[in-house]
Amino acid sequence: MKRFLKLVGLVSCISMSALAEAQELNVYSARKEALIKPLLDKFSASSGISVNLVTGKADALITRLKSEGKYSPADILITTDVGRLHRAKEQGLTQAIQTDEFKDLISPNYIDPDNNWIGFTLRARPMMVAPERVDIAQLTRIEDLADEQWRGRICVRSSSNIYNQSLVAAMIAQLGEEQTQSWLNAFVKNFARTPKGGDRDQIKAVVAGQCDVAIANTYYLAGMASDGDEATRDTASKVKVIWPNQQDRGAHVNISGAAITKYAPNPASAQKLVSFMLQEESQEWYAKTNHEYPLRSDVEQSVVLTTFGDFRAEDIDLSQVGELNRQAVVLMDKAGWK
Amino acid sequence: MKTRLWREPWLWTVTAFSLLLAVPVLLIFSSIFIPQKALWQHLIDTVLSDYVYHSLIIAFSVGALTLLVGTSLAWLVARYEFSGRGALQWLILLPMAMPAYILAYTYTGMLDVAGPLQTQLRAFFNWTYHDYWFPDVRSVGGAILMLSLVLYPYVYMLGRTAFSEQSASFYEASRSMGVSGFAYFCKVAFPLARPAILTGTALAMMEAFADYGTVQYFGISTFTTGIFRTFNGLGNAIGAAQLAAVLTSFVLVLLLIEKHSRRRLRYFHQGQKQQSVKRINLSPIKSFWAVVVCLIPVSLGFIVPCAQLIIWAAERATSQIDAQFVVLIWNSFYLAVSAALIAVSLALLFSYAKRLRSHWLLNSQVQLASLGYAIPGTVIAIGAMLMLSAADEAINALTEAWFDTSVGLIFSGTLVALLLAYSVRFLAVAMHNVEAGLQRIKPSMDDAARSMGLSSFSVLKKVHVPLLRASVLSALLLVFVDVLKELPATLILRPFNFNTLAVRTFELASEERLQDAAVPAITIVMVGLLPVILLTRALESTKHKSSSHA
Repeated sequence: MKRFLKLVGLVSCISMSALAEAQELNVYSARKEALIKPLLDKFSASSGISVNLVTGKADALITRLKSEGKYSPADILITTDVGRLHRAKEQGLTQAIQTDEFKDLISPNYIDPDNNWIGFTLRARPMMVAPERVDIAQLTRIEDLADEQWRGRICVRSSSNIYNQSLVAAMIAQLGEEQTQSWLNAFVKNFARTPKGGDRDQIKAVVAGQCDVAIANTYYLAGMASDGDEATRDTASKVKVIWPNQQDRGAHVNISGAAITKYAPNPASAQKLVSFMLQEESQEWYAKTNHEYPLRSDVEQSVVLTTFGDFRAEDIDLSQVGELNRQAVVLMDKAGWK
Repeated sequence: MKTRLWREPWLWTVTAFSLLLAVPVLLIFSSIFIPQKALWQHLIDTVLSDYVYHSLIIAFSVGALTLLVGTSLAWLVARYEFSGRGALQWLILLPMAMPAYILAYTYTGMLDVAGPLQTQLRAFFNWTYHDYWFPDVRSVGGAILMLSLVLYPYVYMLGRTAFSEQSASFYEASRSMGVSGFAYFCKVAFPLARPAILTGTALAMMEAFADYGTVQYFGISTFTTGIFRTFNGLGNAIGAAQLAAVLTSFVLVLLLIEKHSRRRLRYFHQGQKQQSVKRINLSPIKSFWAVVVCLIPVSLGFIVPCAQLIIWAAERATSQIDAQFVVLIWNSFYLAVSAALIAVSLALLFSYAKRLRSHWLLNSQVQLASLGYAIPGTVIAIGAMLMLSAADEAINALTEAWFDTSVGLIFSGTLVALLLAYSVRFLAVAMHNVEAGLQRIKPSMDDAARSMGLSSFSVLKKVHVPLLRASVLSALLLVFVDVLKELPATLILRPFNFNTLAVRTFELASEERLQDAAVPAITIVMVGLLPVILLTRALESTKHKSSSHA
């Protein structure tokens, strides 16, 4: 054991000093390996900067950053949700990114007012329904789902899920706490089953007839629609996307994005990665591979996404979504959303 | 004989190691001193009753089921001779290689509302969802079943060893007094094997308490999911630690009950001189039923889910298997081997310290160090991270002062962090096995050997090593398999560019790509099988040796 410890110590010392000389970048990513590694490899190939990657849950990575303090090797934190970027910023773990070159390319909503985080891709969370069982005229706003006619007809995943937390946080920001709570109380009564499974499961349950409406992110449906398996494609073809609140505040959206860490040993490399992720090519790769909406207005979305139709997105300051996360969970608990 | 304990090298060694292992847990417990009144009020008003109810019902039901299944199978295999017994006695162990969360993914994929079976049923009978009843896999009952299916081998393994080591003289004596059959099992065999069986059950219950993957996937709120929710959703790390402390106290109570229940039970094995009980031959019809009984749990817990995984994996193998995949297997394997060796060495050290120098201080230290099993991996990981970061900071402060240079993070973010977390988490598994083994060695054997002038080291070598071999091997195996399947701590603490099979499986499954996840999932099972087979061989040869001694 002792010998082993010594060896590990020695090896890490040596590798530390060896790494210091090469051009490199250390990435903490909440985005799963399969969805980030290919782009990072491209980045290495084009820039000559070697990238070290750890993936994990966003909160665990933030905790790790915090506990490592000023010795942290991490340069950049990538998350799939704005709330976590905001949380990292709140805890003083980030520094300002130079965002001038992106200001004309992407909407200011998707950049932190203090430049501490920036978005890479956009995700929308609309309603998906079984068209033969749902009168689409009755369902134009997410608020409608509190109506008694939807009793036992709604599928949605658990309130532990960050996408739902952000959805509710965004509602609090726009409707206020009281109105959101009363909507939640009625909405939860309309669930067809105890929340379980992921977004794809909700879509499948609609097709199987367990419920009539699901709330899910579009890229799950798009992924199913372009799956290698015919049965999965068939399932996807049986639901219809309804964009909520198009006449008022717009459909709920969230971003994936990144922050440069406060003690980044290689801040210049980190800045280069940010630029790379917002290049046309990278934005196209995401749009095609994971069916997320590109943040750059000059890059086209994937073909499957266009079949879901255009929509108006919420126009709110996303850092509020981060700030209100805690309150959202409290309200969901009170409403009994499991 | 009173010895001055503070002069004992045992005490100092054990203190050093137990402190090292206890710090992460103590850091968690220290959270209870920071009041979180508003949070607790909220939890009590809303979700806490669910956490308590679900955690308790799952743990106790899993305990009852594993006790029933594991003991029955152990008795059947140890006591009776039937065709196919040789293969079945290790087939029964196989579900152990299957992580509960993978079983959960697989059964959900097969039996869910949208799964192939129910879809076919609806199409065939022209039903709609509301026309029929079908059990819901993703329910509390489902979670109990999934966990029991992979945890019963703990009881079986310990129980079988205990039953088959029971000496024939007990049986002869009982029979001469007219006690045989079921009465013999109830009055003699079971009470004798009780410490081992209860240990297995307690392990299964602790696993059930700490399970995160399955309950999270099924959407059941328990303490472990609550800890995550409090930490992530409510952003309250202290509150999360306090919930973890409450969960740990549950397990503490469980351990105390277990200890208490066998307090007056001090049966020691008579060594190897005695003849083991001859197995009873079953008639062909009874043999058939014995095979059926053995096959049910192994089919549900292993064969059926494996078949499904293989079907899925076959569709996706080409896209998943590459050079990186081999690295993944290697990482998982050597990590699990290293952790198993460390945990079992520590367990041997602690158990021997306890045996040779029983003292409340020593005993409570050992108890403290093996609490980690009850605590979810995430919480231990955070405790270990805090501790190692502090160590790193101190080292850097020193090197900066002395050499004007900082060495960076030596412990956190390296494999040391992972191995520490595994040792904290799985020491209890190793301890239980080693202690159960040691308890079967009568102290009079030590005394006899010592009286013949053997040093304590020679007693160890000549008496204990051969007798302990089986227990140590099963301890190694259990830790190996546990580490191979471990998820949350690995996710949090792993170094850069370091992945394991469990992490890969989880990432794909949580993206709801079950088919892709099948390839690493089935590989975990295969890598886990290797030691299961080796162990069974080793156990067999131990037995042959001991019977040839007789």
